[in-house]
Amino acid sequence: MNSRLFVVLATCAFMAPATADVLDEDRVDVMYHVYEGGGETIDGPSVLVRKKFADKYAVSASYYADMVSSSSIDVITTASPYKEQRKEYGLGFEYLRDDTTYKLGLSHGKESDYESNAAQAIIRQSLFGDLTTVSLSYARGWDKVFRNGDPTFSDQVDRSVFGIDLSQIATDRLIVGLAWEAVTEDGYLNNPYRLVRYLDPRAPIGYSYEPERYPRTRSGSALAARASYRLPFRATLQGEYRYYTDDWKISAHTLYASYTIPYGDSWIFDAHLRYYTQDGADFYSDLYPRQNFQAFLARDKNLSSMNSQTVGVGASYQFIMPWAHFFQKSSINLKYDLITYRYDDFRDLRVRGVPPGTEPLYWFNASVIQLYFSGWF
Amino acid sequence: MRHLRVILLLALALPATGCGRLEPSVRPYERGLLVDPIMHRDRDPISSSYIRHVNESGEGARGATGDTSGTGLGCGCN
Repeated sequence: MNSRLFVVLATCAFMAPATADVLDEDRVDVMYHVYEGGGETIDGPSVLVRKKFADKYAVSASYYADMVSSSSIDVITTASPYKEQRKEYGLGFEYLRDDTTYKLGLSHGKESDYESNAAQAIIRQSLFGDLTTVSLSYARGWDKVFRNGDPTFSDQVDRSVFGIDLSQIATDRLIVGLAWEAVTEDGYLNNPYRLVRYLDPRAPIGYSYEPERYPRTRSGSALAARASYRLPFRATLQGEYRYYTDDWKISAHTLYASYTIPYGDSWIFDAHLRYYTQDGADFYSDLYPRQNFQAFLARDKNLSSMNSQTVGVGASYQFIMPWAHFFQKSSINLKYDLITYRYDDFRDLRVRGVPPGTEPLYWFNASVIQLYFSGWF
Repeated sequence: MRHLRVILLLALALPATGCGRLEPSVRPYERGLLVDPIMHRDRDPISSSYIRHVNESGEGARGATGDTSGTGLGCGCN
C-alpha cells in the first residue's frame, strides 16, 4: 500500500465533520434461556451490562452460560448421552468522536473440550446528515479443540471475519440495509467425536462407522438485505433476505419477516417467521459406498441439504419500579420460537431392520424460550 | 493481510469524506417515526445474540447477521 496515501487518509480521519452521534443507552439485561429439541436440552443464564461515560465512552460486559444435556440422534446412534457446561465472557469498549464510533470487543469461551478466544474491531460512521451509517468490522478468533478421554489430542482453529454493513434512511418511514461478511477458517474444523457410516456387508446392520474427516480450510461469504418499515399506525414490518455460499459448496438462503406492534403504553408484541434452506457440502454423505471412499468425509446433519422453519412470538411489558430508583424504566420479556428442522440427506438410524439408505429422513422440532429482564439506568 | 489493509484504509477514510455536511433528504425533524424503538432490528441485543447462536449452531451458513456483540465469530463450540 502507498504509505503516503495511508498517512494522508489517517490524518483526514481525525478531521471528521463536527456533527454529533450518540451512544446506546445504559442498560442491564438478565436472561434465562432454554433450547429443547432433537433430544437435547440446553439452558442457562445470560447477562449483558452496558454503561456510558462522559457521553463518548462506553463499556459493556457479557456473560453467557449453558448446560447441555444431550441425547441427540448422533449421540444415541454412535455414543452415550452426556452433560456438559459452556461459559462465555465478553468485554466491549466504545469511543464516539463526532459521527464516528470505534468499538473493540473481546470474548473468551470455554467448555470441557473446546476453548475459544476472539477479538473484534468495528468502526461505524454516519454520513449524509446521519441518513447513512456504514460499519466496517474485522474479527479474529483463535480456538483450541480437545477430545474428552484422549489427553493426547489437541488442535486449533483460526478464524478471520471481514464485514461491511450499510444502513440507509430511505424515507421518513423506511430504513434499508445491506451487509456483507466474509469468513475464513483454518484448522481442525470437524467434530472429534462424530462418525460417518459406510456400507459394510460384513456388519449385521449392513453398515459400519469410521471417523469423519474435513478439509482444514473453509472460506465463505454472506450477503444480506434488510428493511424496516413503519406502518401508518404504530407498528413495524421488518424483512430480511440473506444468501450464503462457501468453498465446501454449501449455499444457503434465509428469509425473515417480523411484525411488531405496541399495545397501550406498556406492551409490545412481536410475531416473526423465518425460513432457511441450504444445499449440502460436496463431501457430505449420509452413507458412503465403502470405507475411506474419499479424502473428506462428513455426516454432520448441519452440512446436509436441509431446511428449517421458525415461527416465533414475543411479549414485552414495560414498567417503572418505584422502589428501585436506580432504573429509569424496566421491562420483562418473554419470547417463544418453534423451529422445525428437516433434513434431505440425513436418515434416522434409530429405525432398524430396513436396508441401509432407506431409513426415513430425520426431522425434529425445537422449542426456544427466552425470559429476560431489562433495566435502563 | 491485504484484506486487513483495505478495511483499515476504508475505515480511516470514512470520517474524512466530509459527506456529513450534505443536506439530508429526510431532515432530522422528519425522523420521529424512525427513532421509535420498535423500528430497531436489534432492540434487545441479549436476545438477538442468543438467537444468532441458536441459528448458527443448527445450520451450515454463517455471517452477515448484524452481529456487533464483540466476537462476530459464531458459536465457538463443537
